Amino acid sequence: MEAYFWAFVVGGLICVVGQLLLDVGRFTPAHTMSILVVTGAILDGLGLYEPLIDFAGAGATVPITSFGNALVHGALTEAESTGLIGILTGIFEVTSAGISAAIIFGFMAALFFKPKG
Amino acid sequence: MSDKKMKKLTPVQQEYQTFAKAREPRRPVLFNCLKAFLVGGGICLLGQGVQDFFIWNFDFTEKTAGDPTVAVMVMLSVILTVAGVYDHIAQWAGAGTAVPVTGFANSVAASAMEHRTEGFVLGVGGQMFKLAGSVIVYGVFAAFIIGLIKTGIAMLGGS
Repeated sequence: MEAYFWAFVVGGLICVVGQLLLDVGRFTPAHTMSILVVTGAILDGLGLYEPLIDFAGAGATVPITSFGNALVHGALTEAESTGLIGILTGIFEVTSAGISAAIIFGFMAALFFKPKG
Repeated sequence: MSDKKMKKLTPVQQEYQTFAKAREPRRPVLFNCLKAFLVGGGICLLGQGVQDFFIWNFDFTEKTAGDPTVAVMVMLSVILTVAGVYDHIAQWAGAGTAVPVTGFANSVAASAMEHRTEGFVLGVGGQMFKLAGSVIVYGVFAAFIIGLIKTGIAMLGGS
């Protein structure tokens, strides 16, 4: 039960950071998302994002910051086993599920449905 | 508007900018943050539920359950986008729906559907990543730089 509490709080707080960037920083949504992704990547580079995932579970893996974290993580794991070329081959290793799912389901949505509202 | 941009304008334009700024509706920042916190936290709560579902019912560990969880969240988001529900929630929740991975899927599905009228190749295929593209580009480039630095440090330390 505690895991659910921290997932809610940490996930919510990351969204609050995004909201502050939108409202106070006056960034566009695209800028905000890019900033958050790069932040996630830098946090993983410093070795801080994995402890956050251990602590908050989905609260850290569901926000877009984890996308940056996963990109770095895939690159580093692959680079450890195959050397420098691993950075290129490994970048999309972990994030493949999210991107592929978004492309496939997004395409099916466009194929079968028309936008509403 | 930044000071630099302000200096380039004529006095009349400057006057207009201050006039417009004073009449611009104030953003209820605190209330917006509360809404973003509740909805964003709720989506992460749902994600935690999906993740635990995969751990309990299938042979997933806490580390490997992330992939199917993200896939399910993306699918749910696309279904809600198709039904026209996600955009309604997004108007209320602001960053609460944009920051989770569901917002990424929503932007992909919404642009794909929106540009269908321009054809399947130029419209759907070409415009799908109109919003999500910048996230991927900056994420990948940042990951590349960080990967280079960390691998470089590891190589220097190892030799």
